[in-house]
Amino acid sequence: MKTSYSSTIPASEITPKTLFEQRRRFIQMATGVSAALLANPLLANEKLTASASSAYGLTDELTPLKDITRYNNFYEFGTDKESPAKRASSLITRPWTISVEGEVEKPQTFDIDQLLKLAPIEERIYRLRCVEAWSMVVPWLGYPLAELIKRVQPTSAAHYVEFISLHDPEQMPGQRSPVLQWPYKEGLRIDEAMHPLTLLTFGLYGELLPKQNGAPVRMVIPWKYGFKSAKSIVKIRFVEQQPVSSWMQAGPNEYGFYANVNPAVDHPRWSQAKERRIGDFLKRPTLPFNGYADQVASLYNGMDLTKDF
Amino acid sequence: MPWLKVGVFLLALLPFIKLILGFYQDDLGANPIEKITHTTGFWTLSFLLITLTATPLRLITHWSWPIRLRRMLGLFAFFYACLHFLTYLILDQFFDAAAIIEDISKRPYITLGFTAFVLLTPLAISSNDTITRKIGSKNWRRLHSLIYPIAIVGVIHFAWLVKKDLSTPLMFAGLLSTLLLIRLFYRR
Ligand code: HEM
Repeated sequence: MKTSYSSTIPASEITPKTLFEQRRRFIQMATGVSAALLANPLLANEKLTASASSAYGLTDELTPLKDITRYNNFYEFGTDKESPAKRASSLITRPWTISVEGEVEKPQTFDIDQLLKLAPIEERIYRLRCVEAWSMVVPWLGYPLAELIKRVQPTSAAHYVEFISLHDPEQMPGQRSPVLQWPYKEGLRIDEAMHPLTLLTFGLYGELLPKQNGAPVRMVIPWKYGFKSAKSIVKIRFVEQQPVSSWMQAGPNEYGFYANVNPAVDHPRWSQAKERRIGDFLKRPTLPFNGYADQVASLYNGMDLTKDF
Repeated sequence: MPWLKVGVFLLALLPFIKLILGFYQDDLGANPIEKITHTTGFWTLSFLLITLTATPLRLITHWSWPIRLRRMLGLFAFFYACLHFLTYLILDQFFDAAAIIEDISKRPYITLGFTAFVLLTPLAISSNDTITRKIGSKNWRRLHSLIYPIAIVGVIHFAWLVKKDLSTPLMFAGLLSTLLLIRLFYRR
């Protein structure tokens, strides 16, 4: 049996995007985000059960799809923001597997279609704060990474989770330049990885992920700077020691392991106190943990976040 | 050769015209302020280097026209530097004095950019014939030799602000070194 989501037909071909957007805007205005999640007919058509929880709703205005898909930091396709949208068509997202290995009882390789059906897909509207002091608001589609973690049963030695992105210069021409050490690597502490906000993400704006946004599967960790959210993931490894991420290798005094959004700790070369929301003229103050302090600050009790930046 | 000057003048205005058109056609991408900052910074540095090409070109070819374009080219560097600084002041920071002072005093790449801009200003002012005559050609030459440190500081400003990809600043560094080396070679 095949569900409709296992096909590669983008959702936009089923519901015209303008209609979808009009409907979304209308519903959001009329009844708020949580009602929209329940009522969204597109998700219902796609057999994706939307969460009724309003804990992840935001009153922030969504960043237009056009901007989310033409302004990307995805060095695998070049270092300027326009390159990913222009060059990511060379990425082949089917077939695709993620191998889950390391300190787990049940190491296994998941097919992308299997992963899409592993748990109910939710729409999560999250703020995205880049370390370069700009931000967006994105309606992601995915489910908590915890769902996957539970199924592979980490051992007691699994203190950290490492995410490894695809390494294939044929598909990712930016990897011909040694600007970062390839493959792209990121990591989380296991409690961060298990946190309900930490989203294994397959789509945005009611569609499967566009290639320039990290198709077919990526992480979204909304209280950390964007680079922590690895894209086009092929391997998830559970490890005992804190992994070293690509950006930590690239600039150890500029990029730490935690990379929590923190207006009080500047990047060594620029301020993190404010950010420009894409589409806005004036900058706005950056919030501690990107506005998710209530949910995540307790993860870091007793830590000196100026040292563990 | 007035047509040469007019032609170069119009060419030098092109990046500015493209920005204005892009602004009105909403064609500056998702982050227009960043685009304007980068474009004006890029052309400030480019015109500094183009200005510095005049002498090596004359030394190698013995043509005189590059020198006659030099003042205009230098003023274009200043024109784009003003746009670049105003973009920072108005569009990027919107006159947030506290943030600007913090930037200039604490962030080395801004400190350097600002230094270059401050040093460039007297060069632009003294390019006018009356002032040039008043201060005398020796002083004029001494003052205008500031263009070398200004260009070097501009390249460092650029290298210091990129997140990781140094390829473009290194290209500018290579071009600038070549231009300076040609002068040294001919001076011997
Ligand atoms: C003669 C003086 C200057 C030169 C030659 C210069 C050159 C440049 C260049 C080449 C860039 C990068 C363009 C690109 O990415 O393509 C740049 C960016 C920038 N410059 Fe300047 N600049 C100068 C003065 C200034 C001043 C006075 C300020 C502010 C006080 C400033 C602030 C900036 C900022 C904020 C950026 C962008 C940084 C970012 O992307 O994060 N610059 N400049």
